[in-house]
Amino acid sequence: MSKLLEIKNLKQYFHVSGNLFKPKYVKAVDDVSLFINKGETLGLVGESGCGKTTLGRTILRLYEPTGGKIIYDGTDITNVDMLPYRRRMQIVFQDPYASLNPRMTVGDIVGEAIDIHKLAQNKKDRHDRIISMLQRVGLNSEHANRYPHEFSGGQRQRIGIARALAVNPEFIVCDEPVSALDVSIQAQIVNMFEDLQAEMGLTYLFIAHDLSVVKHISKRIGVMYLGKLVELADSYELIFHSVHPYTKSLISAIPIADPRQSRISKRIILEGDVPSPLNPPSGCRFRTRCKYATELCVQKEPEFKEISQGHFVACHHIDKVQ
Amino acid sequence: MKHVNNKLSLQLDVSDFLPADKEEKQSLVIMRESVSFWRDGVRRFKKNKIAMASLTVVILVLIFAFIMPAFYPYSYEQQIRGSENLAPMQYSKQELELIESGVKVFPHILGTDSLGRDTMIRLMYGSRISLLVGLVASVLVLIIGSVYGSIAGYFGGKVDMIMMRIVDIIYTVPDILIIILLMVTLKYPLEDLANNVPGFGWINRIGVGLICIFIVFSLLYWVGMARIVRSQILTLKEQEFVTAAKALGASNGRIIRKHLLINSMGALIVTTTLQIPSAIFTESFLSFIGIGVAAPMPSLGSMASDAIGGIQSYPYRLMAPAIMISLIILSFNLLGDGLRDAFDPKLKD
Amino acid sequence: MNKILLNIQNERLSFFTPAGEVKALNDISIQMNEGDVLGIVGESGSGKSVTAYSIMGLTDRAGRLIGGTIEFNGHKINEMSEKELQKIRGNEVSIIFQDPMTSLNPVYTIGNQIREVIMLHTNKDKKQAQERAIELLTLVGINEPEKRLKQYPHELSGGMRQRVMIAIALACEPKLLIADEPTTALDVTIQAQILELMMELKNKIGMSIIMITHDLGIVASICQKIAVMYAGKIVEYGTVDDIFYNPKHEYTKGLLNSIPKLTDKEHKRLVPIEGTPVDLLNPPKGCPFAPRCNSCMKVCIKHMPEYTQISDDHYSACWLLQKEKMLGGEKYE
Repeated sequence: MSKLLEIKNLKQYFHVSGNLFKPKYVKAVDDVSLFINKGETLGLVGESGCGKTTLGRTILRLYEPTGGKIIYDGTDITNVDMLPYRRRMQIVFQDPYASLNPRMTVGDIVGEAIDIHKLAQNKKDRHDRIISMLQRVGLNSEHANRYPHEFSGGQRQRIGIARALAVNPEFIVCDEPVSALDVSIQAQIVNMFEDLQAEMGLTYLFIAHDLSVVKHISKRIGVMYLGKLVELADSYELIFHSVHPYTKSLISAIPIADPRQSRISKRIILEGDVPSPLNPPSGCRFRTRCKYATELCVQKEPEFKEISQGHFVACHHIDKVQ
Repeated sequence: MKHVNNKLSLQLDVSDFLPADKEEKQSLVIMRESVSFWRDGVRRFKKNKIAMASLTVVILVLIFAFIMPAFYPYSYEQQIRGSENLAPMQYSKQELELIESGVKVFPHILGTDSLGRDTMIRLMYGSRISLLVGLVASVLVLIIGSVYGSIAGYFGGKVDMIMMRIVDIIYTVPDILIIILLMVTLKYPLEDLANNVPGFGWINRIGVGLICIFIVFSLLYWVGMARIVRSQILTLKEQEFVTAAKALGASNGRIIRKHLLINSMGALIVTTTLQIPSAIFTESFLSFIGIGVAAPMPSLGSMASDAIGGIQSYPYRLMAPAIMISLIILSFNLLGDGLRDAFDPKLKD
Repeated sequence: MNKILLNIQNERLSFFTPAGEVKALNDISIQMNEGDVLGIVGESGSGKSVTAYSIMGLTDRAGRLIGGTIEFNGHKINEMSEKELQKIRGNEVSIIFQDPMTSLNPVYTIGNQIREVIMLHTNKDKKQAQERAIELLTLVGINEPEKRLKQYPHELSGGMRQRVMIAIALACEPKLLIADEPTTALDVTIQAQILELMMELKNKIGMSIIMITHDLGIVASICQKIAVMYAGKIVEYGTVDDIFYNPKHEYTKGLLNSIPKLTDKEHKRLVPIEGTPVDLLNPPKGCPFAPRCNSCMKVCIKHMPEYTQISDDHYSACWLLQKEKMLGGEKYE
């Protein structure tokens, strides 16, 4: 198992306001380290403001990282020219309506990557590649001349996926790719992701807020809260043997689509709202909503430590929680 | 609760309950006819009666100014002795004699001016000049403004700040003053150029004044367009499809051309169309005060200026160019409004 | 036996757009008793939100009721004038929407918006309305209510804004609360808080709730009865146990099979419903689900299926059930 992507102490701070002497930052991603093996899917969950989307985009250097390192296939790509890497690392977006240029035909949208990286020998070659990409995602050749607004959300998402695949990438950041779709269409797209992974040997970073979908498709899952990674483990381990209090409450908050189980399950209801990312709590960021919080949690940030094979947690009081 | 009747309202037989085959199911799924943004906009435009009317007027004016002169027997600088100051449809003594002797003489539909030049053909040429000035000036403004505005809007930050401060400064410059100054300073150098260097003879035909107008438009009038393009770019560059293009590895130039400007087309077309009457008015005004086109080339403004003297006795000589200017400006303005209603993306969804 | 609160019979509603007639609701019938929690489940284009809006008569400008009757709490909604409807909106029936940011007016304070509802429907003056507003904010779990009343919507978080929406909706203790995807835009931990709050308040005030959502987990947790809608039709209606453990319509079955379950111990490949949602401008003559149905028969394409009663509270519109009835006989009433 070799690591395809590794990030070390990655930071992404956005300057928001404040003056020259006291600038204010949103620490969207604050010192996150993780790795993804080749052919694997790493899921990333968290609620609004946790920084998962920012993390995905920073890895692709769509935002320049404020600190830390990004290592792709053994090479440090934090400061290099990204153009050759854009062929190997791609992204699928959440919003099927905003992520396609409304004035370009579907064929041109999918073909843009081919044009930029000069992958086609001639016009016919380009056309053939575009059609084969469309067919791979379940569309057909007559769709190439149409415009995005003529398609449904699910179909547009397929177009977005075809666009990402056109360069034949190795690694894809899936940024909430099914959240904006109807439930019955989500399953189609999730299956398609799985099939494409098997066919093309893709590696995914699957970002979503729906833990059920993430657990279904990911081998390992990371949980983020206010810019920090609080727990990381194999999917099964995370769902059934989670350790961090936030993870536990996140899992218990998800309504179960099974009335009998729903009636007997005990809900851990978190008090209060998510703190503002402009002003995160000192020490452990989750302490304002955690029932196990102590003075230590106010003073010191917990370390992200491995507590068992492949299972990492950042919490001072693991023994109490268990 | 019981909700449902027990008897079916239809008569069915067993064969209806056989499974449907693929073709039968496929026939239910038809994709609606493809309609691009342009076709949609054109459809909306056609529904707008005022817009269609103004488009018709514009086309008629274009025919009047560019096509009709080819069929008109008189030319704009032709001074016909003895036919001075004729009223509309009036013939001079010489012309009446010619008609008696069997020669067909085309009537002066709008009469003639004090030098015996047919007013109608001068009106046509005047309109042509006005329209050309309007169009050329607007294209210049479009090109300079969009390039400037897209660079400022796309790169943002310091670049944007500096570029927009320059725009602010340009806004404060009094345009008419600059045109006059330029005219005065460039008159002799340009004439020298026209007379001594081969290939620049056309400068004399158009007139130094008009050249100065074009220069000033290129220097000053693009700022409005730049601001509009910049604001379009600022909104559009946050859209996810732009991020997607970056993720594919698109260069900045490619993003600006293929993604940002294309999506600003609606606003660009409308603004350009509304720029035309403004340019025409400026040209007419300048010609009116004497610093526009050189004689004998007519301009609607200079025709109006010439006619002021004889306003009591020959009112039609002022009315003709005045009505023409108003017609052109009004129809272009209404056309621009109609285009905006049809193509404005905010109204689209 | 509880009193009947809502009785919709054969409602047909269409939107007349420049592109054509959009048949949003095609023969809907719903009955609700007092104290019920009804879930309306469907995807985009199913007509679930339109159904709720029509109960309050909110579709009048854009959409037109072209058939059927709507009776709520003794009022004949489809026959009432706008003025009469305004008297019951916010008063006997309230609605909370998905996006609290756009349903709260950004230029007025929270206090202003709550007091407006109170003073509109009751005889309270400003001071009394203020007291009631504080009561309501405390009821919905917002601390420091006096401070909050002076704030503007953008100063509150999403969860808080939704609580304010609930407070406004409950100001006059309505008999029916319609919740249109109230937690879709919220984080899942906040969603849990809001759902718990709604259930608490339901018991306290004794009101009924219509919960409109696409999330089967939510309906499984809080609803007693569920109506499954597709393309403007109720394709299946039953108790929550009926729907989840004995679904009869292919669409319902498809939905249940296509969602990943958190509690599954092994990876089971999802079984999606193929195809895309129906185009309401050109709905097919027969069953709207036909193109996506694996068991589609010839009759399904030609004729709209009729309802089959499966048990006392469970019915569904599907030709397969009629076929079973014709062949099997006594299973259905």
